[in-house]
Amino acid sequence: MSEVQIVDNMVDITIDGVEYKAKEGEYILNAARANDVFIPAICYLTRCSPTLACRICLVEVDGKQVYACNSKVKAGMNITVDTPDILTERRAMMEVYDVNHPLQCGVCDQSGECELQNYTLELQVDSQSYSIPDTKRETANWSSVLHYDPGLCIVCERCTTVCKDMIGDAAITTAKRGGEALDKSWKDNMPKDAYAMWNKLQKSVIAPSNGTGSTDCSDCGECIAVCPVGALVSRDFVYTSNAWDLKRIPAVSAHSSDGFAIYYETKPAGIEDRTEKIFRVTNEWNFVSLDGAARFAYDFENDTASKDETAFNAGVEALTKAETIRFNSLISNEEALMLQTLKEKKGVKLYNPEVRPFQKFLKLYNEASGASLYNGSTDTALKCDFAVSVGGALRNDSPGLKYAFNNIQKMNKGAGLYFHPVGDKLIPTFGKSVECFTHKVGLEEATLYLLLELFADKDKLPSDTKEYLASFGENELLELLGADAEAFMKAFPKMMKKKENFVLMVGEDYYGHAKAENLVKLIVLLEATAGFQVVMNPPKSNALGVALICELDDEATGYTVGYNENGDFKLSALGDGDLDMPAMNQQEGTFTTLSKRVVPTNAALDYNGYVLNDLMAKLIDAPSQTIDWTAYLPQEKGYQAMDFDDMLNTFDNAGQDNRGYLLKVTYDEVEPTDAEKFDKDDVLDGDIVYRANPPRQFNDFSDKAHQIFEAFGLYASEERAKALGEKAEILFKNGKITVDVIVDAKMEGDIVALSDFKSAENVYELFGESRYQTVTIRKG
Amino acid sequence: MSLEQFKDRNVGTQNYVKLDLDHSPTTGWCQFKQVVKRTFKPELFVGLWVTFREMINALFRGKMHTTQYPFEKLPISPRYRAIHDMLRLMESGNYRCIGCGLCEKICISDCISMETKYDENQRKEVSEYTINFGRCIFCGYCAEVCPELAIVHGGRYETASEQRASFSLFEDMLTPIDQLNLQQEYAGFGAISPNADENIKSTPLAY
Ligand code: SF4
Ligand code: SF4
Ligand code: SF4
Ligand code: SF4
Ligand code: FES
Repeated sequence: MSEVQIVDNMVDITIDGVEYKAKEGEYILNAARANDVFIPAICYLTRCSPTLACRICLVEVDGKQVYACNSKVKAGMNITVDTPDILTERRAMMEVYDVNHPLQCGVCDQSGECELQNYTLELQVDSQSYSIPDTKRETANWSSVLHYDPGLCIVCERCTTVCKDMIGDAAITTAKRGGEALDKSWKDNMPKDAYAMWNKLQKSVIAPSNGTGSTDCSDCGECIAVCPVGALVSRDFVYTSNAWDLKRIPAVSAHSSDGFAIYYETKPAGIEDRTEKIFRVTNEWNFVSLDGAARFAYDFENDTASKDETAFNAGVEALTKAETIRFNSLISNEEALMLQTLKEKKGVKLYNPEVRPFQKFLKLYNEASGASLYNGSTDTALKCDFAVSVGGALRNDSPGLKYAFNNIQKMNKGAGLYFHPVGDKLIPTFGKSVECFTHKVGLEEATLYLLLELFADKDKLPSDTKEYLASFGENELLELLGADAEAFMKAFPKMMKKKENFVLMVGEDYYGHAKAENLVKLIVLLEATAGFQVVMNPPKSNALGVALICELDDEATGYTVGYNENGDFKLSALGDGDLDMPAMNQQEGTFTTLSKRVVPTNAALDYNGYVLNDLMAKLIDAPSQTIDWTAYLPQEKGYQAMDFDDMLNTFDNAGQDNRGYLLKVTYDEVEPTDAEKFDKDDVLDGDIVYRANPPRQFNDFSDKAHQIFEAFGLYASEERAKALGEKAEILFKNGKITVDVIVDAKMEGDIVALSDFKSAENVYELFGESRYQTVTIRKG
Repeated sequence: MSLEQFKDRNVGTQNYVKLDLDHSPTTGWCQFKQVVKRTFKPELFVGLWVTFREMINALFRGKMHTTQYPFEKLPISPRYRAIHDMLRLMESGNYRCIGCGLCEKICISDCISMETKYDENQRKEVSEYTINFGRCIFCGYCAEVCPELAIVHGGRYETASEQRASFSLFEDMLTPIDQLNLQQEYAGFGAISPNADENIKSTPLAY
């Protein structure tokens, strides 16, 4: 096992007479951007396929006109960005975009950061040569968050492209505009690329691809982010602020474990209330795509806090006598380190049922593989051409890995296997070479054995495992996992064609699995014998940071202080506890992301109360500020002695993530050992409940946000929901819960999903470590 | 322009001419004579007569020239930059402001503040708007930048107030709807130049 290496072949190219180095096979546009050379371009999105909708990126290469966004760099290329011909084309294109474009920059939400405005100015368009009668186009709300104004849309197709190539929902597409046909005379009287662009533009608008008026998608809002004009805006944001009034605060999304780079954008709430308020969240959409929680769950601040000394003293007292501190993964590295220090000095127990199984799993992995951490990341996964996902509900748990899984299919001519007991209707649509296995709960080991069977170099396998694998009949494993074995075996060679880089995405189901140890062994074997890189999805938020920094205990005993969790004394950033704490948008600190990057986040909003560090100062030796802890994060776990203020928080023009630093991973040589056999009859039967949140919901904080509408409840496929009725009572071995039944049209099969994002409902206690439970479900 | 004259700071060699003044009285008696001579000239009575005549004219013949401020105010040049007015559209009576926020942005004293929202007619609505006249320096930038000729400087030049902060709301500045017919097009700072049409190229329209 070793680090994932990606070596690019660098070649020399010339742009406008200056020599640059560029990656061979890279698009000219990206190569130019990486070298800080400007080439006009509207429709191209880094990490997505070029659509040639705008044609403005026209450049001349060795005397021939090409589109910079879809022509690849070759050694010795000579590129000219502006020639008189190209300038004429570009100017004509911008004039065409301005034909019938409403003169409403004055009210438009995009004004000030509008690419149509920018390029109109850049190309000095001061008069119009073209005209055509306009078509009436009505604005529409496509979902609870999306607002589309076709009048402003320039049909660059960035929204449809990102939705298809990155997000995977492909929920929007170009549709007929019903506009007047272009007069043929234009064809001879105007530059030809501009004519072709206009011809297409005049015919199209954007619409939900399911043919209805609503998108029925995951509401991630990425289409809003990429829209170069004011055509797509969030319903909440429309007409509430000008771009230039907003202050951007670089931060990290607090919800999924992806640690997405975001900007909180703030300005005073209003005329009466001058306190800063977050109006929206934006992102570097060329380099990072957000999920709905990262984009819309931002207003979870604790605005009631004040310096309540009585509560503070009670807090100090509670922590002094506490036997256990219960917390979850929504906590910064620094705070985790404080709790760990408290444990070391005062001997309190640290109880975190959300992270504990993951921590144990990492330890098992470390012992079996010799690597201190898994070797993959989202960034390296995006470069793979074969993705395998096991043990996670990709759509619910890990937006970043879902995007990678999908992107691999679309961009790298990839293939994918998705193993999960809960059927999913969306994932098979990611690509033709995606196979989904909806297997029985309990056959997780069989999944990995199948992967060994399919991918491993059998000669490298330890002898017992090799023998065991050989003992299975032809297609036995496939059939056991519920696949149409013959069809699959016919398709598989095609899926494998020209594949070089394989990634295994491991999800939360495995961490609390009764056979976790064997699963780890099998994963290590896959790494060693099939060349898989492995990326694990930490359950939520900063689970990886907590797992690395804290020594967690298996149970809570005695007097318990809860931090954003239930307890005898409750520290809470939700404003409902005994002592207020700052929410993630009110504090600075670092997170450890799924990609093993330690990233800094900044405070967007004021906070007037006490912070955890104040309590620490009373209890143990604490530095004066929370971020003074940053340099003391445990180096034996891969952290560096870097000060918070020395960390960068940017991407460079080539898309390189320069935030913070990468954890150091160490690799010891360990011989992979034999895996154990499994019992194919050890499966769950009956009514099965799965612990999973709807997409966009992760914790109490995402729930608090006003633009997250997904309710707490029992999610089920349409059929199953119909059978269950409106409410259901679920009887677990150690308790019961009555919840609403909610349809998730993208779910398939009989397994239902119970949300866990409300800490007050204590769903973790109901489930125990495993994410699946056999239960009795009654009509509630 | 030559800056020579500004650079010559050698005042010492310029030609000063001394006035040829009368000798001042020296003794006390001479001083007394001068005072009496200067005080009781016949012009005094000419002046008193004029004042008396005008008083009769004003009070009894209806020829008053004094402006009865603050009950009466003289018109002021349109170029004067006084307290802002918010104009309405003549035809519909709607307010002109579209909520673009340019005045708020350009204001160098940062004294304009506004809130906008998406209204039921799918338009941007100005829900709140204030100017803090305690900070406003009446530079006129807001009137100049306004693309709708909505915010203009009006004729109200009294800007003294009892507090440093003195806010005006949108309604305070907006032309009262019943006085719409009295609303004047603004000719001051930021108004359209008379030859504006000559300066723009027309756009082809296909209707
Ligand atoms: S999309 Fe751009 S050009 Fe069009 S009205 Fe909005 S700001 Fe102006
Ligand atoms: S909605 Fe925006 S992103 Fe989508 S095609 Fe129109 S202009 Fe492009
Ligand atoms: S006159 Fe000047 S200072 Fe006053 S509101 Fe207008 S821009 Fe601001
Ligand atoms: S500049 Fe004019 S139109 Fe724009 S917000 Fe100010 S008053 Fe309204
Ligand atoms: S950016 Fe290349 S065609 Fe649009």
